Amino acid sequence: MLENLDAVLLARIQFGFTVSFHFIFPAFSIGLASYLAVLEELWLKTGKDLYLDLFRYWVKIFAVAFAMGVVSGIVMSYQFGTNWSVFSTKAGPVIGPLMAYEVLTAFFLEAGFLGVMLFGMTKVGRGLHFAATCMVALGTFISAFWILSVNSWMQTPTGFEVAPDGRLLPGPSWLAIIFNPSFPYRLVHTVIAAYLTTSLVVGAVGAWHLLRDRTNPHARKMFSMAMWMAAIVAPIQIFAGDMHGLNTLEHQPAKVMAMEGHYQSHPDGAPLILFGIPNPAEKRIDYAVEIPKASSLILKHDPDAPLAGLDKIPDDREPPVSVVFWSFRVMVGLGFAMLGLGLWSLAARIRRRLYDWPWLHRAAVLMGPSGFVAVIAGWITTEVGRQPYTVYGQLLTSQSHSPLAAPAVAASLIAFVLVYFAVFGAGTWYILHLMHRPAQPHEPEPDATPVRAAGITPAPALQPVSAE
Amino acid sequence: MGVNVDLTTVWAFIIAFAVFMYVVMDGFDLGIGILFPTFQVGEERDQAINSIAPVWDGNETWLVLGGGGLFAAFPLAYAIILPATYPLIIAMLLGLVFRGVAFEFRWRDPRHRPLWDVAFSLGSFVAAFAQGVTLGAILQGVTVAHDAYAGGWLDWLTPFSLLTGAGVVVGYALLGATWLVWKVEGSAEAHARRLALYAGIGTLLAMAAVSLATPFLQYEYWRRWFAMPGVLATAQVPLVTAIVAFLFFRYLRRGAMAMPFLLTLALFALGFAGLGISLFPYIVPDSVTIWDAAAPERSQVFMLVGTAVIMPVILAYTAWAYWVFRGKVGTHGYH
Repeated sequence: MLENLDAVLLARIQFGFTVSFHFIFPAFSIGLASYLAVLEELWLKTGKDLYLDLFRYWVKIFAVAFAMGVVSGIVMSYQFGTNWSVFSTKAGPVIGPLMAYEVLTAFFLEAGFLGVMLFGMTKVGRGLHFAATCMVALGTFISAFWILSVNSWMQTPTGFEVAPDGRLLPGPSWLAIIFNPSFPYRLVHTVIAAYLTTSLVVGAVGAWHLLRDRTNPHARKMFSMAMWMAAIVAPIQIFAGDMHGLNTLEHQPAKVMAMEGHYQSHPDGAPLILFGIPNPAEKRIDYAVEIPKASSLILKHDPDAPLAGLDKIPDDREPPVSVVFWSFRVMVGLGFAMLGLGLWSLAARIRRRLYDWPWLHRAAVLMGPSGFVAVIAGWITTEVGRQPYTVYGQLLTSQSHSPLAAPAVAASLIAFVLVYFAVFGAGTWYILHLMHRPAQPHEPEPDATPVRAAGITPAPALQPVSAE
Repeated sequence: MGVNVDLTTVWAFIIAFAVFMYVVMDGFDLGIGILFPTFQVGEERDQAINSIAPVWDGNETWLVLGGGGLFAAFPLAYAIILPATYPLIIAMLLGLVFRGVAFEFRWRDPRHRPLWDVAFSLGSFVAAFAQGVTLGAILQGVTVAHDAYAGGWLDWLTPFSLLTGAGVVVGYALLGATWLVWKVEGSAEAHARRLALYAGIGTLLAMAAVSLATPFLQYEYWRRWFAMPGVLATAQVPLVTAIVAFLFFRYLRRGAMAMPFLLTLALFALGFAGLGISLFPYIVPDSVTIWDAAAPERSQVFMLVGTAVIMPVILAYTAWAYWVFRGKVGTHGYH
């Protein structure tokens, strides 16, 4: 085992670690930015202070999460060069421009308007402030668009030409690169996942405060909004995930074989393995609990359709089955648990018990972090399922890394692990602390907590004596 | 120097612009971090950090554009320079992690604010120093074989790179101090003005030392700066620098608010131009030119279309965001 701890494996662990940590924050901030825009719009439309209170409550949490997303994201933009320089040289001409577009169209938009969103309410007026909030929300979405296009291209590369020196060069049409076959599915599946993750967090915070005081109007509002979102979006997500799976079967069959645990081919209908323990040495699933022919029914819409297994794939081109098999089940299991919570909330609504059903609230609190776990599990499924390639079918992971010595990668990996757990652990603690405190009527602005005087000295005519 | 303007040259200038924007904009953020421990706990520190709270994130984004742009426009250079300066890049990134989260965390946790203030300063210092050493490492050249970095992982460590590291730290401190002269008031402003004087002297000394050392690194640098007739043009750089420096000290002494910062920007622009004269058209000195490292034309064209349209928009709303938070920060905020 130890002799396998070479620079490549360490570099893979480092990338997996930094990207998994990073992914947690956008998964939350994409949804939360949109939620904040909705809250501010409702406030502007209805004039009810309740919405402004909720906006100010969540914008503080957003600021902490966003800061962590930014700093962990900068690390990602350099990981390609530090640890994966051969990949950067070979795939850079194709994916580099897409990432440059992400910076130009998304990062600047988010960062440019974030200051106004956080500190500018009293300086620019309500309309412009709302516009700034919308720009931040739009920025998070555009960012997801480009980076998922890059990721999808690595999964299902199209529109490129191979140069004599092995570099992957853009073909005549950039649209063929950007809108590669798996991109639409991955974009929909991931953005919905972000919305679902956020609604589960908001729902959990609402439920937490309902458990302490079921008359709390702020808790009621956020819980109700979150449960509508979960009830509507969870079934859509399961459908979108299914479509994404069919797309993967078409373009990356080996990944689906690993997800399904199909070591063997099934010429007349493959079973759906619900649970079991992958046994890579013997190439079989031990203690499998399976539904006969159900896998063929789901994937081919025909119970007797033949499905190829990993026996059709050369051993050195197989993804690691155990990891993919488990992470896929974690994701799907949590997806159905989310659906269950959504349906339960609908039942509670019909019985008029949405705000006084403690077991529902406890379940919602328990499900609060489930979105993050599902997102990471899904990410592991798709990324590990792409192995042994970085660019599927074109560039092997073992030929993508930088000419680095193992000690250098190991030292930096240890540094990342220590710093990330300390810093993001503290940040998560602060977020939980903010969530633990109930939203107040006349919730203070972020810059007033405690003496956050990000303000300027305004023009004398604007001296806000009345703002006291 | 026959410079034919092609796409690759255009891209070299765009990347250089992004790096320059980063250096001056995050430079004053990092400089404030470096000087932070010398400000009194409480109002002085709060003013200092509030003067950059709404803009630091946008400033830092230029670093992502610099890195991402280098990746996109010159993938080979990106793939050589980053492994060559690996420990520096990692140190810079970790420094920026601490610096970035400290902005939020120090308000969230008043009990541990001293701890996050240390994280803010130390993170800023480490990031600035690592950037400076990286600059030196690139200037002194890296070992390249078969289009890849072929040296060890501590090759960057030389007296010259430590000198550029110290130079960038002092230079950022100057940017930070002059920014504070402009944006804060009371005792904090008086303190910042004093710091700006020391940092100004230090920056000029560092610029002189690096300028004197650089031509001796490689013959190529010597020829670029001192061969006739180029010397007639290159000699203007130190000359204008001397004039700007003179004006800087004059305005600083007279109590001007914005001019010291603006003249510091001019000083940085001149230093940057000097680096350009030394390097162009190499992106990795003596081994890789911008044309060697360039992405194919299709990639360059695709990005140029977007950049030409979007960059002016970015500059416009960035300017707007600065305008919204114009003037002195104030000690009491807005309530």
